[in-house]
Amino acid sequence: MKCTVKTFGITRDITGAREVELEVAEGATVHEFKQALFKQYPRLASLTSLFIAVNHAYADDGQVLAAGDEIALIPPVAGG
Amino acid sequence: MIKITPKPIDIQKVIDTASSLGAGAVNVFIGTVRNTAHGKNVLWLEYEAYEAMAVAEIRKIIDEASHRWPLLGWAVSHRIGTLKPGEVSVAIAVSSPHRKDSFEACQFIIDKLKEKAPIWKKEIFQDGEEWVSAQPNVASVYN
Repeated sequence: MKCTVKTFGITRDITGAREVELEVAEGATVHEFKQALFKQYPRLASLTSLFIAVNHAYADDGQVLAAGDEIALIPPVAGG
Repeated sequence: MIKITPKPIDIQKVIDTASSLGAGAVNVFIGTVRNTAHGKNVLWLEYEAYEAMAVAEIRKIIDEASHRWPLLGWAVSHRIGTLKPGEVSVAIAVSSPHRKDSFEACQFIIDKLKEKAPIWKKEIFQDGEEWVSAQPNVASVYN
């Protein structure tokens, strides 16, 4: 299944795009998604932290992704 | 009111939105852009947000604060885009019947916002730029 992934902050600099596409197996978990992501963009693994947001909420590693989910990369936040 | 805005924050509107006739206190937090980081002069900051999620996360924080303290009103406004030192990046106001609750709730909201809201800032220096807190080998004074 093809995921369209939004990037923000340093993840946009690393990937060089506001959105990237990533191929994962049907029924893949967030953990599996991250493995595929790090394979495609090894520099993302060096960040202090990297959370995955699914449909505007932080997702656990075990969450299963579905086609049509809005997926985003959340590097360390620094609001305020 | 939860607002993510590229325009200068209207602090009076934030206060007015949070105010209530039943309140004995309105507590306001104003975050501003500092002119130094890592001992270097900051020329400006670039803020960006994942807006829909930032609003959702801030709403969860407000809900939690409303359960913990007897709030009568609240408002949060966060700026995005280019901000120079001295400019207001965030304004939070909460009101409650007695001051202790609004002090505590306001601190809770800004602390949680900094921890959870998907908002990022890049510091622009004379000799380079850097996403705040993004990489472990780069010390940050902003957290």
